[in-house]
Amino acid sequence: MNNLSETWVYLSASPLFHLTLTLAAFQAASFVFEKGGRNPLLNPVLGAVAIVVAVLALTRTDYFTYFEGAQFVHFLLGPATVALAIPLYRQWHHVRSSWLAIGASLLTGSLAAVASAVAVLWLAGSSEALMATIAPKSVTAPVAMGIAEELGGLPSLTAVLVIVSGIFGAMFGPLLLSLIGVKDWRARGLAIGTASHGIGTARALQVNETAGAFSGLAMGLNALATALLLPILWGLFF
Amino acid sequence: MVGYLTLILCCQLFGEVIVGALGLPVPGPVLGMALLFIFLLVRGHVPEALGSTADGLLRNMSLLFVPAGTGVIMHLTLLSEALVPLSLAVAISTSAAIIVTALMMRFLSKAAADE
Repeated sequence: MNNLSETWVYLSASPLFHLTLTLAAFQAASFVFEKGGRNPLLNPVLGAVAIVVAVLALTRTDYFTYFEGAQFVHFLLGPATVALAIPLYRQWHHVRSSWLAIGASLLTGSLAAVASAVAVLWLAGSSEALMATIAPKSVTAPVAMGIAEELGGLPSLTAVLVIVSGIFGAMFGPLLLSLIGVKDWRARGLAIGTASHGIGTARALQVNETAGAFSGLAMGLNALATALLLPILWGLFF
Repeated sequence: MVGYLTLILCCQLFGEVIVGALGLPVPGPVLGMALLFIFLLVRGHVPEALGSTADGLLRNMSLLFVPAGTGVIMHLTLLSEALVPLSLAVAISTSAAIIVTALMMRFLSKAAADE
């Protein structure tokens, strides 16, 4: 028994355990997702986060200790974002022929995301700081955190809301799009990427390459548009 | 394979450096994506090994969000205090963005096709 607890002390101090935990949790969650007929409620990112959070709570591990191991997975987000250039290039002929429609749809969608999120919190009587925290939530996490800070919000809470928005869009986006009868993969991808950044893009890529490319494009453009326009817009209201 | 992974990392690195030096409001990897895209435009096609390296990264992209998502454990108290308005705001706003973007794109594509 003593040996076992010594081993645990050793393992919990090395990055190996939490790295393995992250991969194993995602494997398990993906397995459930596939077995469940790809039911959106069984979203693998959500499932994996739930498993990891449960293990961390049971072993009383703090986030920073966990991140020592998980950072190796987290690091790959950067190269993966760069790699989105490839599906974008493969779909470039679609993008070039409809760049005006893409730009206009993206700006209206981006505005709808910010305005509706802030409106709900305003109606609920939330503080201005909380409204500033949620305003950039449809934008990819590093940009959203920077914008939240500029507006006087809480960047680390923004990161959580960004992830939740991503998971929500990946879960229910395809269903919503089918309900309103939008079948065009370009429009579907653009919508998911505008609302749900990289998590939505990851999901869109699994379904259709055109949708994935448009989603990645929307994610990049929305980050740029929101970062440039939201602080100006915010100054007019608050 | 290693060569193209190096290319991807170089794009990210240059992206980070340019963003840092000019104080641009986009993250380094997003600019890196633009740089790799320009490389492909100049090159005129996607080299096969670059395609398979990128596809390998992108096929498992969902996994890469798990560490950041686990960050939720640092905000459990704050989240539980404002759980209802925050959940409503995320659900309504994400749905609104998806519906507005998709309908607008469909409307504008149709308008362009009818011209």
